[in-house]
Amino acid sequence: MPMTSLSASETAAVALVQARRSPGYWQSVLTRLLADKVAMGAGVVVLLLLAMALFGPWLTPADPYQASMLSRLKPIGTDGYPLGTDELGRDMLSRLIVGARLSLFMGLTPVLFAFIIGSAIGILAGYAGGWVNTAIMRTVDVFYAFPSVLLAIALSGALGAGIFNSLLSLTIVFVPQIARVAEAVTAQAKGRDYVEAARASGANAFTIVRVHVLGNVLGPIFVYATSLIAVSLILASGLSFLGLGVKPPEPEWGLMLNTLRTAIYVQPWVAALPGAMIFITSIAFNLLSDGLRSAMDNKG
Amino acid sequence: MLGYLLRRIVYALPIMVGVALVCFALVHLAPGDPLVSILPPDASADLAAQMRTLYGFDRSYPEQFLSWVWRALHGDLGQSIASGRPVTSEVMTAVGHTLRLAVLATLIGFVLGSLFGFVGGYFQRAWPDRLASTLAVLGVSVPHYWLGMVMVIVFSAMLGWLPATGGGPGEVEWAWDWNHLQYMVLPAITMSVIPMGIIARTVRALVAEILAQEFIVGLRAKGLTHLGIFGHVVKNAAPTALAVMGLQLGYLLGGSILIETVFAWPGTGFLLNSAIFQRDLPLLQGTILVLAMFFVVLNLLVDVLQTLLDPRIARA
Repeated sequence: MPMTSLSASETAAVALVQARRSPGYWQSVLTRLLADKVAMGAGVVVLLLLAMALFGPWLTPADPYQASMLSRLKPIGTDGYPLGTDELGRDMLSRLIVGARLSLFMGLTPVLFAFIIGSAIGILAGYAGGWVNTAIMRTVDVFYAFPSVLLAIALSGALGAGIFNSLLSLTIVFVPQIARVAEAVTAQAKGRDYVEAARASGANAFTIVRVHVLGNVLGPIFVYATSLIAVSLILASGLSFLGLGVKPPEPEWGLMLNTLRTAIYVQPWVAALPGAMIFITSIAFNLLSDGLRSAMDNKG
Repeated sequence: MLGYLLRRIVYALPIMVGVALVCFALVHLAPGDPLVSILPPDASADLAAQMRTLYGFDRSYPEQFLSWVWRALHGDLGQSIASGRPVTSEVMTAVGHTLRLAVLATLIGFVLGSLFGFVGGYFQRAWPDRLASTLAVLGVSVPHYWLGMVMVIVFSAMLGWLPATGGGPGEVEWAWDWNHLQYMVLPAITMSVIPMGIIARTVRALVAEILAQEFIVGLRAKGLTHLGIFGHVVKNAAPTALAVMGLQLGYLLGGSILIETVFAWPGTGFLLNSAIFQRDLPLLQGTILVLAMFFVVLNLLVDVLQTLLDPRIARA
C-alpha cells in the first residue's frame, strides 16, 4: 500500500508503459512530436537556451564581470547597454546570456543524477519485490513526506551555501520522486507474460531486467523526469535567490534576481529581467515535456 | 472501511519516525560545531564543555535523538541558540502567520483553478480550453519569488495601491481589519498561482475523463439538462480535486519560504531563513520538524477524507 496515491503526472507515466508497442514505436513518437507545433516551438527555445549556455561567453557584447561605478542601474535601452546595467554597473544583456550556463547547469544536473539514481533504486525495488521493495520504498516514502521546497532548503541550509551543496540537495529531493515512478512501472512490466516466459526459459534476473524491463520502463521514467526539469530550475535559482546556491560575482539568474532586489524602486524592469529568463526557460521545458508525454501516449 | 483507516494511520507512524530522524540528522549533517555561532572565538574549553552539556551535544547520537523526540512529544523543541527563547513558541507564532497566508492562497487557487479546469474540460480544444490551459502552464512554470517581485513592482512601487512588505502594523499582533489584511493581498495572490495551475490541470483531466464515461452518455440520452449533468461531473470530480487542494496546502506551508522572503512576511519561511543564516540549528531542526509533521498529518487527513467521500478507494 503506497503512502500516497500517485499524482496525475505520475499516473500518466505509469499509463505510458501500457501503451501498445510496435516495431516503429519510436518512429511514430518522433512523427507525432514533430507534428506538435507547441512542443516544437518550445523545443526551439530550449535549443536556443542550450546554445546560449554553451557559447554564451563568445556571444556577449560586453564583459559580464566589468563593473563601473559611473553607469550603475541604467534603464533598458541605454546607449551601449541594450538591457541596462545592474547594481554594480555591469551589462545586463551580457550577464543574462552568460548566466544561462550556470542556471541551466544548476537546474538540469540534479534531474539527470536523480534520473540515474532514482531509476536504479526504483527498478531494483520494483523487480526484487519482497523485503527489498519494502526497505527501499519505505525509506523513499520518508523523503517523499517532505514538501520539495522545504527539503531542498533544509538540506542546503544545513550543508551551507555553494554550488555542490545545492546540486546535492536537489538531487536528494528528486531521487524519491523518480524512484516511486520507476518502482511502479517496473512492478507493472514484471507482471507481463513475456517476462514470465523469459523466466520460464531460464533467463536470469539481470538478463530479464536488461532485455525485457529496461526498454519498457526507461521511456516513461524519462518523460516523468523531464517534467521535473522546470521545477528543478525554479528551485535551483530559488536557492541562489536565498543566498544558498551560487555565490557572487558569478552570473546566475536566481542570484542576479537576489542582488537586484534592492533596485526595484530604481530600475524595476531591469531588476525583473533575470526572473523573466527563468520563467521563459521553465515554460519551454514544461511544454516540451508535455509534448513528449502526449507523443509517447499512443491513446492520443 | 474502519480496517483501512486504522491501517492507514498505523502506516503513517514509521513515516513520522523517519521524518524525525531526517530532521535530527540535519544538525549533525551540518559542518562545524553547532555552538560556533554563540561561543566567542576565545571561549575557554571549560565554557565550551559547559554549553555542550547544556544543549545536550555531549551525549551519544541515539541518546540525543531519543531525548529530543521525547521532549518534542511534550511540546519542547529546545531553545533557539540565537535568541535563547523556546523554539516551540517561536515556531507556533510563525506557523500561525504562514497558515493564514497559505489557507487564503489555497482557497484563491482552488476557486480559480477549478473554474479554469471545468471550463477547459467542458470546451476541450476550443478557445476557452486553450486559454485555461495556457494559464495553467504559466501558473506551474512561473518562478513564484519573481512573480512576487513583479507584483511589488506593479502594485506597490508603481501604482502605490498596496504595501510592499511586512506583516502589518506592529508586525506581531494581527487583526482582521484592512490595515492588516492589505499586507496579505500581494503575497496571497502570488502564492495562489501554483495551486491554481496544478488544480486547473487536475480538474481539466478529471472533467474530460468523466465526460467520456458511459453513464454521462446515459444521462444525456435520458434527457438530463446541462446543469444536471454538471452536477454529476462535480460530484465525481470533487474527491480528487479536494485531495489535490489539501496536498497543495501542505506544499504551500512548507514551500512558502521564498515568497515570505520576498514579502518579509513573518512566517515559518522567514524563521527558517534567519535560522539558516544565523546557524541556529535547534530552531532550524524544530521548524522543519513541525512543518514536515504538519505535511504528514495533512496527507493522512486527505487520504481519510477522500476514502470517506469515495469508498471505492478502500477496496482498491
